[in-house]
Amino acid sequence: MPAKVLILGIGNVLWADEGFGVRCVERLASKYAFDDNVRILDGGTQGLYLLPFLEEADTLIVFDAVDYGLEPGTMKIVENDEVPQFMGAKKMSLHQTGFQDVIATAQLMGYCPETLLLIGCQPEELEDYGGGLRDVVAAQIDPAIDIAMDYLAKWDIRANEGQSDQSLLADASILRDAYEGGRPDADDACRIGDDRFFPVGE
Amino acid sequence: MVTTPNGFDLDNSGRRIVVDPVTRIEGHMRCEVNVDDEGVIRNAVSTGTMWRGLEVILKGRDPRDAWAFTERICGVCTGTHALTSVRAVEDALNISIPDNANSIRNMMQLNLEIHDHVVHFYHLHALDWVNPINALRADPKATSELQQKVSPSHPLSSPGYFRDVQNRLKKFVESGQLGLFKNGYWDNPAYLLPPEADLMATTHYLEALDLQKEIVKVHTIFGGKNPHPNWLVGGVPCPINVHSTGAVGAINMERLNLVSSIIDKCDEFNKNVYLPDVKAIGSFYKNWLYGGGLSSKACLAYGDIPENPNDFSPEQLHLPRGAIINGNLNEVHDVDPRDPEQVQEFVDHSWYDYGEPGKGLHPWDGVTEPKYELGPNAKGTKTNIKELDEAAKYSWIKAPRWRGNAMEVGPLARYIVGYAKGHEDIKNQVDGFLRDMNLPVEALFSTLGRTAARALESEYCGRLQRHFFDKLVANIKNGDESTANIEKWDPSTWPKEAKGVGMTEAPRGALGHWIKIKDGRIENYQCVVPTTWNGSPRDTAGNIGAFEASLMNTPMERPDEPVEILRTLHSFDPCLACSTHVMSPDGDELTTVKVR
Repeated sequence: MPAKVLILGIGNVLWADEGFGVRCVERLASKYAFDDNVRILDGGTQGLYLLPFLEEADTLIVFDAVDYGLEPGTMKIVENDEVPQFMGAKKMSLHQTGFQDVIATAQLMGYCPETLLLIGCQPEELEDYGGGLRDVVAAQIDPAIDIAMDYLAKWDIRANEGQSDQSLLADASILRDAYEGGRPDADDACRIGDDRFFPVGE
Repeated sequence: MVTTPNGFDLDNSGRRIVVDPVTRIEGHMRCEVNVDDEGVIRNAVSTGTMWRGLEVILKGRDPRDAWAFTERICGVCTGTHALTSVRAVEDALNISIPDNANSIRNMMQLNLEIHDHVVHFYHLHALDWVNPINALRADPKATSELQQKVSPSHPLSSPGYFRDVQNRLKKFVESGQLGLFKNGYWDNPAYLLPPEADLMATTHYLEALDLQKEIVKVHTIFGGKNPHPNWLVGGVPCPINVHSTGAVGAINMERLNLVSSIIDKCDEFNKNVYLPDVKAIGSFYKNWLYGGGLSSKACLAYGDIPENPNDFSPEQLHLPRGAIINGNLNEVHDVDPRDPEQVQEFVDHSWYDYGEPGKGLHPWDGVTEPKYELGPNAKGTKTNIKELDEAAKYSWIKAPRWRGNAMEVGPLARYIVGYAKGHEDIKNQVDGFLRDMNLPVEALFSTLGRTAARALESEYCGRLQRHFFDKLVANIKNGDESTANIEKWDPSTWPKEAKGVGMTEAPRGALGHWIKIKDGRIENYQCVVPTTWNGSPRDTAGNIGAFEASLMNTPMERPDEPVEILRTLHSFDPCLACSTHVMSPDGDELTTVKVR
């Protein structure tokens, strides 16, 4: 029986580059048709709700925006045992404390997937509520997908061009184009946070 | 020292203790207290350290899509926000939903209450009462005896079972991945359980994990998927076709049978595990009756779970509606979220600006205009606050008030309102619990009471789930398979301008969304969420909010280990993600506790 793979995008689409992981799986599902052993899921910022999906998977690929302190748009790949450590490191965005706990919980319960792969992208901007991906991060969606496809091919899992099951992705109204295209004006809707984020010269 | 209008003596002369962030909650919050020479809390300041901007990003969007955005605010009560949102739009546009949609929505909401209560108690709150490290010292045989004593009908109770769990736990702890149990104050004398009770409760922590992943399937069945189930203005998006087999999407007998078996699982867990645990753990903390705060003075519930569709009158709601003020339990006021004099938000101590001081705004007229500034007595800088000045603006949470009163919301508020109104199911449950625990009714007004109310409500919600399941099945048998009303789906059928309000009882309390629609688009959208009520800062008159009030006069065993503060704040099941927006510049998850 072929290995069961869960391809998971996590992050909050409402916080600019935080949506990177979710946008990756959105794109992946519209570009490739996988067999039934591969499940593509928009995990949002959910925690324990993701456990049943982890339990049924042998291999987990996570797309996420992770703050590694690198140049914006830099990709970083982390595998297996390193994944939870990386997710537990400092300077992670809010939901990752949650996902780290999900992995720890899955390990405690004995149903963490054997193989873990984290495909992370250094975000440029997280503090733009209601905003979309910055160009430098959006430009990494396809390369990130290529990285995932290379790993999948190595594991002998292939896909044809086409579309996969979209039923576990976001509602149409917050898919990337609709979400970014429908954003209200800055005049109508304040976009800034506070001085702790914009301390210099403002 | 000052006495607040709502009756608390505040003294900020003692040592200041800062807890930032408060862990094991959704979102980021910070708390500062002053303790006197005996270590008793004499002043409390709670602040949401995130800026909230949900309302503004919805401007100009299609009102039929608002649920999908509100579902993304937070990682916990996604479905409740979505339900509140579709109710607000239906209210504005005068859309009525079919009976089946009401039953299905109620089941989803009740299921979420149970899921949230169980997960909250075992995975976020238990560690304030239960010491998993101490569980390693337990005797499995004695634990088995304890289990059989507190819950004779629970099948998982053999000494071998507890030994296995203990070994698993030992391995987990020894692997150095303390993970879930890190940052605990495991040698603090505030932990009172014997090792056997610790092992029993830690074992149920694991059982609850298995349960929770089963019971959310109700959302997958009715919402098409989980996480992020689908919702629909006008009803529910799942069609019913009882004669179909294996078809994608439609509700058939096979799926209904699965829902029924999940309802049974919820009931069994509540009866055999959750309630007995709360009683067993509670019996060791019976003398720790701190944390009541506002609960004996001012409670608010919007009510929820309407028996019939489109009828939100108070006598039709299974979860009660009402407001209690000035500690007068003999009078329960009705609550009208449309009345501009009732619900108002103030920002004198919040980082927002209304243009004039002392002004309160009804949510339909709500304004979300940020103004970040520190008071003259704050310590540190605007980018690195050492100590807040609560006499000035100090929180990203607004201060909602009901007729000028700071209110507590949540399971305890619902149960006090229900008890005061003579709600039969609630009264029976509460009286039974107090009798079993040998506690007076005043004991309800405490952190323990808040924790108990959550467990009782979980059990009650289980029974209501069954009620609505039966109702749905009976209706289908009578030939009614309708789940949505799409008469007014097309915006051309809408008035040029409309406004509405949606109300629910989220697991953590009264939740309201207020919407204004103009030319088919959202003109204004305001959410007043439970943690805005409970976590609110002071208002113009100086009333303190529910979190702040609940910490008052609590003695701390060790002021630099905030076990008692966490225990009480967690009892509200705080969720800052939706009451505010992210602030912390790094995801530093270690709580820093500073004693000044």
